Amino acid sequence: MTWFDTLLQILKGNKVRLIAHVPDNVLTPLINAVAADNYFVSVGATREDEAVGTATGAYMAGLRSAVLMQTSGFALIANALASLVVPYQIPAILVISERGTLGEFNIGQTLVARTMRPTLDALGIVHHTLTDQSTLRFILDSSIKQAFTTQTPVAFILSPLLTGGNPAAHAHLI
Amino acid sequence: MTGERTTVATLNRTALTRRLVERLKHDEAVIGGIGNANFDLIAAGHRAQNFYMLGSMGLACPIALGVALAQPQRGVIALEGDGSMLMMLGSLATIANMRPANLTIIIWDNGIYQITGKQATATGGVTDIVALARGAGFPRAEWVRDEAHFDILIDRRFEAGGPVLLAAKIDDKPGKGRQARDPPLIRRRFMEGLGASRD
Ligand SMILES: Cc1ncc(C[n+]2csc(CCOP(=O)(O)OP(=O)(O)O)c2C)c(N)n1
Repeated sequence: MTWFDTLLQILKGNKVRLIAHVPDNVLTPLINAVAADNYFVSVGATREDEAVGTATGAYMAGLRSAVLMQTSGFALIANALASLVVPYQIPAILVISERGTLGEFNIGQTLVARTMRPTLDALGIVHHTLTDQSTLRFILDSSIKQAFTTQTPVAFILSPLLTGGNPAAHAHLI
Repeated sequence: MTGERTTVATLNRTALTRRLVERLKHDEAVIGGIGNANFDLIAAGHRAQNFYMLGSMGLACPIALGVALAQPQRGVIALEGDGSMLMMLGSLATIANMRPANLTIIIWDNGIYQITGKQATATGGVTDIVALARGAGFPRAEWVRDEAHFDILIDRRFEAGGPVLLAAKIDDKPGKGRQARDPPLIRRRFMEGLGASRD
């Protein structure tokens, strides 16, 4: 099973139905699978903070939700996390495709990537870097359950070690 | 300044919010945007289905979209200032494409960032928020001509399908009320008001 099949299965198993997203190359199969599956409400947002807002509204109205973004998109959501998600105790499920490391060609991506974990740490948001299939299912399932039962957000950082990384990066390195 | 905004009456947010709340008969969810939109929502009397957003400028409409998608049978209303709407214009395109028939956005357009010192916004210049909504693909976007027109627009807002955006040109007065700055309490009461359980 691919990493994205596992992720989708665990989202379903935890009744996470609204998926708000801004594209990223690595996330493409996940976003396409969500759009093709009637179980999910797929919301293509124009910005990542907008996606966080919509996911928050859905959760408060009884529909569990998750947000998909890439590293650079995470840099747009610090205010939404600090003013909405954390103080209002929203169990936001943040799925971040990690760029800026392990073969990045874009210097801007390498720099913005360095702001991600310090921002999460400063806000006290639990984050897990997912690197391999063997621990993927356990980390995702237990952490999503923990987010909902403890009313706290969680961030999953999808490492290139898990996803194979951005195909464009490989092209540039050759 | 050009266009229809120049021809409509200048109204008052506090008074219009009261009129709105009086007309809500079906436990509609109301999402108050940052600052004055919020203050006048609380001044109109707390309702169990009100959500008060404390600091996330621009997110009233995205939050309202999430509520509308989660509960398609419930009317959902976002109250947002013009400056906040300008910060999150992309959400108009997202909402128009998601087509939540139960969602209404009301823009309080004073042409200024009132709460931070009355600096001019683009809608105080040449930008027309109703035209932006139409361009985004809203099936219905209207300027509020006067108070009586506001009542009609609210009562008949879903007759031609949704989502709907209504913009009211308002004066430069600040909002009247103040909500408790207690985010977990605001969230919990809102979730109870919407019948949404924690699990
Ligand atoms: C991201 C962000 N930028 C700036 C601010 C500061 N700020 C708070 S309210 C506000 C103005 C809001 O203007 P508008 O939505 O038009 O409402 P009004 O005050 O005119 O009622 C600003 C600039 C903020 N809270 N968040």
